[in-house]
Amino acid sequence: MSNYSLIIIIILYLSVLFYIAYLAEKKAKSKWINNPYIYSLSLAVYCSAWTYYGSVGIAANSGISFLTIYLGPVIAVPLWIVVLRKIIRISKQHKISSIADFISLRYGNNRFLGALITIICAFGTVPYISLQLKAVSETFEIMTEKSNYVSTSILGDSTFYIALLLAIFATFFGTQTTDASEKHKGIVASVAFESILKLVFFLIIGVYVTYFLFDGTEDIYNKISQTENFENLIKLNGLEEGFNWFFMIMLSFMAIFLLPRQFQVSVLENNREKHLKKAIWLFPLYLLLFNLFVIFIGWAGKLSFSREVNGEYFALLLPLQNNNIFLALLVFLGGFSAVISMVVVSTLALSTMVSNNLIIPYGFLDKFVKNHPEKNAFYIKSIRRISIFSIIVLAYGFYYNFSIELPLISIGLISFVIISQLAPSFFIGLFWNRGSSKGAIIGIIIGFLITSYTLILPFSIEAFTGSNSFTQNGLFGITSLKPYALFGIDFLNPHSHAFLWSLTSNTLCYLIFSLTSKGDYRERNYAEMFVDSSNYSSLQDSALVWKGEAYVADIKNVLNKFLGEKHTQRALNIFFTKYKLPQDTQMADARLINFSEKLLTGSIGSASAKILIASVIKEEEISLIEVLKILEESKETNARNKLLREKSKQLISLTNQLKQANEDLRTKDKQKDEFLDTVAHELKTPITGIRAATELLIDENGEMPNEIKEQFLKNMLQDSDRLSRLINDILDFEKLSTGRQTLNLELNSIKKTIKHAINSVQHIASNKEITIINDNLVDFQFHYDEDRILQVLTNLLSNSIKFTEPKKGKIIVEYKMINNFIEIYVIDNGKVIPEEDFDYIFDKFYQSMNQNTIKPEGSGLGLAISKQIIEQHSGKIWAKRGNKSGATFVFKLPFN
Amino acid sequence: MGKKILIVDDEPNIVMTLEYTFKKQDFEVFIARDGSEALQILETNAPDVVLLDIMMPNVDGYQTLNYIKKKDSLKNTKVVFLTAKNKASDIEKGLKLGADKYLTKPFSVKKIVSEINELLD
Repeated sequence: MSNYSLIIIIILYLSVLFYIAYLAEKKAKSKWINNPYIYSLSLAVYCSAWTYYGSVGIAANSGISFLTIYLGPVIAVPLWIVVLRKIIRISKQHKISSIADFISLRYGNNRFLGALITIICAFGTVPYISLQLKAVSETFEIMTEKSNYVSTSILGDSTFYIALLLAIFATFFGTQTTDASEKHKGIVASVAFESILKLVFFLIIGVYVTYFLFDGTEDIYNKISQTENFENLIKLNGLEEGFNWFFMIMLSFMAIFLLPRQFQVSVLENNREKHLKKAIWLFPLYLLLFNLFVIFIGWAGKLSFSREVNGEYFALLLPLQNNNIFLALLVFLGGFSAVISMVVVSTLALSTMVSNNLIIPYGFLDKFVKNHPEKNAFYIKSIRRISIFSIIVLAYGFYYNFSIELPLISIGLISFVIISQLAPSFFIGLFWNRGSSKGAIIGIIIGFLITSYTLILPFSIEAFTGSNSFTQNGLFGITSLKPYALFGIDFLNPHSHAFLWSLTSNTLCYLIFSLTSKGDYRERNYAEMFVDSSNYSSLQDSALVWKGEAYVADIKNVLNKFLGEKHTQRALNIFFTKYKLPQDTQMADARLINFSEKLLTGSIGSASAKILIASVIKEEEISLIEVLKILEESKETNARNKLLREKSKQLISLTNQLKQANEDLRTKDKQKDEFLDTVAHELKTPITGIRAATELLIDENGEMPNEIKEQFLKNMLQDSDRLSRLINDILDFEKLSTGRQTLNLELNSIKKTIKHAINSVQHIASNKEITIINDNLVDFQFHYDEDRILQVLTNLLSNSIKFTEPKKGKIIVEYKMINNFIEIYVIDNGKVIPEEDFDYIFDKFYQSMNQNTIKPEGSGLGLAISKQIIEQHSGKIWAKRGNKSGATFVFKLPFN
Repeated sequence: MGKKILIVDDEPNIVMTLEYTFKKQDFEVFIARDGSEALQILETNAPDVVLLDIMMPNVDGYQTLNYIKKKDSLKNTKVVFLTAKNKASDIEKGLKLGADKYLTKPFSVKKIVSEINELLD
């Protein structure tokens, strides 16, 4: 194919891309642009020329290890739902425009940290871009059949012009607005389009090679398995290779988050969080499809070409060998697509960092403050445009001078290792609020120095001088300082080795310096916001610490310079409405300052925004102690509110308890009143009898017949007995119920006690001709207060006698042991206890309506006292329900 | 024939002293040991005065008073409570229900006699 026709095809293809990007920008709100598929496809910017060509090379030479680069992202993707969502949220809230902005904001808008990250990213990205240019250049050569052709002058090299075209494309669609945090829908749409093309073309060539040139996968496998060294291609070589795999997977795991182009498409260009849900299965699927035929193309190439041919271009060489120019052209365009998307997105991301984190904060701020908004916008855009061109030209220069000799894969992996230096400050900082800027800066610098020593330096020396004495002998000939085998770790490949050492020291430095030094208040503020991003808005309002004096007018002035008066006024109005402040507010508070910084961040980066706003406000130094106090106070207030709520809950329940207690007391009081009333009544009754009889005896001494006189005297005696019995019972009851009566527990024989009780009532029973029987043969001896139990038994027996008819009456007392309790029964054949009485018979002064109409002898306290006595023995007393005739009282006492 | 008095009380010893006293005063004395017995007697007799205890089993003094108040044949019968309940609220309640006098236990026999005579004159 001729040089010129290929250039024409390239220009045509670029025009299509321009048109797509242009359409997307024009219809930015269309659902064709804003959907999860576009988002997922744009993520495939991950698959660059390295994937397109490099993987085949590895597959051909070292087997399946090319997969590690894709396994890392596949493992990382499920975490996106948590981690990436958090990052997206924070980035949107702060109008973050790059990963440098993101990390430096986490550490309190640290200007130096932002610049450092920009430099790291530049080191990681520029060679990577040059790698893409190399791929374009080499595939161009292959297509135009000028093998091993390198132009002697830059101006004669078509790659240079292609690079320039890409720069124009990136400039045109990347700098439409001054606010770099705005979406670049044109670029994203073209990237998505390219992602489809590169996948489809790669699958086509895969199918072509596997099923047309060969007889399917089995055919290729059978043929390759007969070649020598085949074993090495399909298996891991022991533990050491396992380590390499592990580190490579970790490396690519980090890269999918940290590569500036990945951060650009996955975070900054994300429209809706919910697009993530589709992406987490679509993107791995994309990677899977992409890798489906890699191994077979690699093996097919190996089988078809001699060893000298570069395996990286098998995909292109195979159709060319079979004279299928059209398919080769498709492969070329697929690879070219991979190159364009990677170069454009990377350049865009890097140029934003260079302008917002390096050039503007370190040189242009003063100028901006004096200028008009239009001029500022022009300056900012110009800085970015120049950055884009510089980066691409720099990458071309790198390619032209260095990377012609290097394989794609080496440069790609060096980039990965360099970028991975951001991992500790990025990942740990997201979840650990102690991480400090000092730790981040020192960690990144140390990590980068170690990467330089163990990877970049030896690589460059070898590429330049062709001598490997440095890697063979180590620095100054010290073996333990061999750059590929530091301190004797010689079983890893150079990239894993560099990754292990640099990242370990980086992480350690980060942790140690974070633990030993506390950041200033600003840093701690942002740390808190990033780590606890779900509480973000409340934290932002309450925990934002700021002390000093600032006027709204001054801040407005600064905003005008960058946003223009109309935009500024609109933004401020929204702010005042949101926080319910009057529109003519004079003094600015912490929230307005924070808001203004955010407004500027998109245009000039967070560090510059902070510096600019700080220049017009009079901020007072706040000591760390003060900050901690304020932060703690806001935490404390929350805690206190919580405590208050709990306390008030407790109070309510306490009030209820009090009410209940009060109610109980009132009931008790009423019961006490009733008790006293009853006692008084019961005492008055015999006294009344005595009083009246005495009066009559005195007054009518002469006239009263003798038998009446005798009757009255008898009555008086009876009443006196009743009175003293009553008083004894009342005192007894009182003693028992207040617990002042202690039991005299002794080992006693229950049979004896019962006999004793029967004897004491025998004479009353005999008078009524009632028999009382106990014929238990076994005796039980256990501890109880005999006098008290006697009292209970006597009371129960008296009751039985009272309610039993004379002559027919029969009372049985018996006992038995049940479940370690002695149960004692007093059974009579007298009146049945009415159902309604059961609940009350053990109450004091309750006297059954059922008893004889003649006033019973009792005080009304007998059963109440019995109950107290039994309960004091830890026993129980009750009356059996459901008797057909007679009453049965039972009480049980614990046997031991 | 002398006046008729019905003594309603469940304490036999107290009843005995009252019975002796009013018989000496030439009263015709009826005795009931609780409210229900009193109601039986009142069914056929209309005494001039009923001396009524309050706290009695089955039918108490209040119920008995109610019965007397409702019965036409007993509209001239005076009712005197004689009870141990001596709180002001009890006395008020008794009089409100329509008792002619409210006397408390323990009592002086002479006082009871003079109160009853005063009531009947």
